[in-house]
Amino acid sequence: MSTFFLAVALLLLAFFWQITLSGIQRKVTARIHRRVGSPWYQNFIDLFKAWSKSSISHGFIYDFGVLMALGGTIATLIFVPAGNLIVFKNLDNFFVIVYLLAIGSLGMAMSAVGSGNPWASIGVMRALTQMLGYELPYIMTVFGIIYANKTASIHAIAEAQQTMGIMGWNMFRMPLGVIVGFISLMGMLGKKPFDTPIAPAEIASGPLVEYGGKHLGMLMLQHEFATFVEVGLFVNLFMGGGTIITFLIKYFVVYMLATMIASVVARFKIDQLVTFYYKVPLALAFIQTAIIIFTGLGVSIWL
Amino acid sequence: MALNENEKINEIDVNELDCRDTLTFWEKFGNIFRSKSIWMLHYCTGCGAMELPPTMTSRFDMERIGMAPMATPRQADVLLITGYLSVKTLRRIIYTYEQMQNPKYVVGFGSCTLNGGVYYDSYAVISRLDYYLPVDLYIAGCMPRPEAVMSGFKKLMDMIKKGEALGWKRYQKYYDWYKKNQVRALGEVYVKDEFHE
Repeated sequence: MSTFFLAVALLLLAFFWQITLSGIQRKVTARIHRRVGSPWYQNFIDLFKAWSKSSISHGFIYDFGVLMALGGTIATLIFVPAGNLIVFKNLDNFFVIVYLLAIGSLGMAMSAVGSGNPWASIGVMRALTQMLGYELPYIMTVFGIIYANKTASIHAIAEAQQTMGIMGWNMFRMPLGVIVGFISLMGMLGKKPFDTPIAPAEIASGPLVEYGGKHLGMLMLQHEFATFVEVGLFVNLFMGGGTIITFLIKYFVVYMLATMIASVVARFKIDQLVTFYYKVPLALAFIQTAIIIFTGLGVSIWL
Repeated sequence: MALNENEKINEIDVNELDCRDTLTFWEKFGNIFRSKSIWMLHYCTGCGAMELPPTMTSRFDMERIGMAPMATPRQADVLLITGYLSVKTLRRIIYTYEQMQNPKYVVGFGSCTLNGGVYYDSYAVISRLDYYLPVDLYIAGCMPRPEAVMSGFKKLMDMIKKGEALGWKRYQKYYDWYKKNQVRALGEVYVKDEFHE
């Protein structure tokens, strides 16, 4: 029973924290553009407005895919430890999270293709191609971490870093790995240099082109939850988790850094994006993993 | 000439079409959110569209009042008819309007949407927008300055909050009348979905 309440608490935390941060993110972007920007609660209003509108259906697959995306992402979210708020203490395996996270993307892809709009198909194709780009360097780096810690449990990795103080964070012990992780994180979040799937000026919001009203509201919520999973994973793997307060502070820093970088750069084309991921981050990830496996330096250099 | 002059348009009294009484509690509640978050469609006709980039960007910053541009009609709340509307474009506008999800609003810019403006007698341009689509708000000016556009949007927000922007209900209630006018303007070609024939 306590697991149930912990899961609800984690969901509520993710909902309020991430949507507040999305509003602050819009404000920060606006300030970088020298605008005033929307208020911090704007994203709550957008979400509730989307749920208050009417909506159309393009068939069963279209409706079911949206629910599958939201449900899959919520299921993933429950496995991500937020500081010391851990729902499944010994089940929060990295592989579980990676497998479950794909359900969200695949549900959305299924639903978008089910809508029959050609822009949606192009957007989904680009999203899955982008996934192919960032997953490989990211997995490579995380395998290095898993090899060094001899465990794939997220909270075990986070706790192992906390025992050694701030210099024990994987961020400082694996400087190449954290660069790869951060670039991959920007790709996962769909932030600006890597926002090919939802390019409004080219393909009219891509996978989201046919969604309006309640469907769009649910997918916006799915995006916020997926962001919480991805940034939470980064904080746990590279910045040592911490208590719930320090977790949220680290989360804030990572998310705002990604926002600031995103607000000053332009967009990659999809082929440039994959080439980029397979050149720089993959090479860095190889070097990082080789250092860890052959010398152990990446892990024990500060010890 | 696309508009057949022998068929007179049977004007309807806009004040008579007041649907305010049907607002339920949840609609009033939803109107508060709808008024604070308006997504406009990135589709503009005519010269008034030129005033929208400065309204959106740093100087007049539309996002301050919760407005954002949207690329697709499914996600948009407000359709801007920014200036003259040719008969050829009218069909696209109708497709676009009918794809939008239900609390939806139309804003007409300048005199062209009111009475045709300088195109009053033109064979290719419609002279009054609200025969064809239910317009919630007109913004005066040729073209309206960004200040006027912002003030018009604030006015639209007030109208939505009070439940006065009910063009979408009027369109449902008097669909036959609008449809008749649309078909009359478009000639023999009926309004239909040309992509899924």
